Amino acid sequence: MSRPQRHWDARAALNFMLGGSGAGLMAAGALLEPPSPWPLACAAVLIAVGLTAVWLEIGKKARALHVLFNPYTSWMARESLAALLLFPLAFGSILTLRLIPAAAMAALVFLWCQARILRASRGIPAWRAPEIVPLVVCTGLAEGAGLALFFSHPPLLLAAYALAVTARAWAWLRYNAATKNAALAPAGRSLLAIGTGGALACAALAMDSSAFAWLAGLAAVGTGWRLKFALVTRASAYQGFSLPHLPVRGAR
Amino acid sequence: MTRWAMVADLRRCVGCQTCTAACKQANGTPPGVQWRRVLDLEVGEYPAVKRAFVPVGCMHCDDPPCMHVCPSTATRKRSDGIVTIDPELCIGCAYCAVACPYEARYKVDGVATKCTFCVERIDAGTAKGLTPGVDPEATPACVNSCIANALHFGDVEDPASNVSRLLAENQHFRMSEALGTGPGFYYLWDKAP
Repeated sequence: MSRPQRHWDARAALNFMLGGSGAGLMAAGALLEPPSPWPLACAAVLIAVGLTAVWLEIGKKARALHVLFNPYTSWMARESLAALLLFPLAFGSILTLRLIPAAAMAALVFLWCQARILRASRGIPAWRAPEIVPLVVCTGLAEGAGLALFFSHPPLLLAAYALAVTARAWAWLRYNAATKNAALAPAGRSLLAIGTGGALACAALAMDSSAFAWLAGLAAVGTGWRLKFALVTRASAYQGFSLPHLPVRGAR
Repeated sequence: MTRWAMVADLRRCVGCQTCTAACKQANGTPPGVQWRRVLDLEVGEYPAVKRAFVPVGCMHCDDPPCMHVCPSTATRKRSDGIVTIDPELCIGCAYCAVACPYEARYKVDGVATKCTFCVERIDAGTAKGLTPGVDPEATPACVNSCIANALHFGDVEDPASNVSRLLAENQHFRMSEALGTGPGFYYLWDKAP
C-alpha cells in the first residue's frame, strides 16, 4: 500500500517552476531579433520536463490522458490542452519562423492556466488568494525574459525584461500584503533584493557586457524558482478548522 | 428533490471516536486514512478554556471545489447531493485534495478516496423502501454507531425529516461557510432562541 498523500510535493512544484519559465521564454522568444526558433525549442523542453515531473506525481500514470476529460471547469485539464497546442507550434517554429507569435500566444495561455490552477485550490489559503494569478503570471514572464537574455539581449528584450521584473515585484508586494505568509518571507526578500534590485542593475549594464545580461537572467530565474518552490510546497498549508460558535451545554 | 445531509450536535458529542472506528470497519480504510474524524478542539486560555469535539469529513458540498478542479471527471455530484469518486477514472493527481477546504480527501493506492456517506447502504436501503437516517440498514455507519445520538442523517429538503426538525429547533452553522461551498454537514450548537 502506498503512503496516503494529501499535499503536492517537489514534483508538482517543478511543473510550476520549469513550466512557468518555459512559457515565459516562449513568449519572450517572440521579442528576439533576429528571430530564432531555438529559444522556443528550449522552452518546449523545459515545459516537457515540468509536465513529466508532475506525471511522476500522479497515482495512475497509465491514465494520464484522463487529464483532458474536464476542460469545462478544471484548469489542470485546460493547462494540458494548452500544452497539446503549444508543443506542435514550438517545434513547427523550427520549420517556419512565422509560427513564433502563435507559439508565444499558446505559451501565455499555458501560463495563465498554471496561475488559475493554484487560484482554484480553495483548501489552501496561500493559493486561493486572487493576487496569486498576477504573481504566477509575472513570475513566469520575468523568468522567461531572463532566460531569453542567454540567447541575445536586444534593447526591446531588455526593456521587456525590466518591465517583467518590475511587474513581478509589484505582484509579489500585492500578494504578500494580502496573504502575509511567513513561509514565503525569505523567498520574497530574495526576490526583491536579488531578483529585482540586483537584476535591474545587471540589466542596466547588459548593453556593455553579455556577462551582466546572463547575471540578470540568473537573478530573475533563481529567485523566481525559489519563490515558486516555497509557494507550492512550504506554503501549501490547509486553512484548518474553526468554530464560529461553541456548543452551549447545561444551564445558561 | 432529496438532499442528503448530516447533522452533528456538538452539545452531545463526547469525542468517543466510535464513529471513526465504525467508519473504518465499514469502509475498510487503510492505516492513516480516516474518512470520519472527530477533532478535539480547545478554545480560549486557561482558566477560561472550553473544549469541543467536532466530527468532520467530506461535507458533500452543494458547490464542491473538488469536483470543479478534477481534470478527469472522476469526482461527480449526484442529484441527491452525494459527492462521489469514480476510481476507474481518477488519475490520482491530488488536485481535489488541495482544493478541499475540509481536508477530507486522501490519495490511497494511486487514487483519491473520501467519505461517501456510505452511499451503497443508502442506495440499497432506499431500493428496499427504507428511509436513510431512520432505518439503520439505510443509514451511514458513523450515524448508526454514535453512542450519544450526536450524529444524524436525513433529507434536508423534506421539512418533516429528522434532520429538518433538528435544524428548525436548534441554532446551527456549517464549516467555513464564507467559502461558498455549501456544505451538506450541519453543526448544532444551541437551542433556537
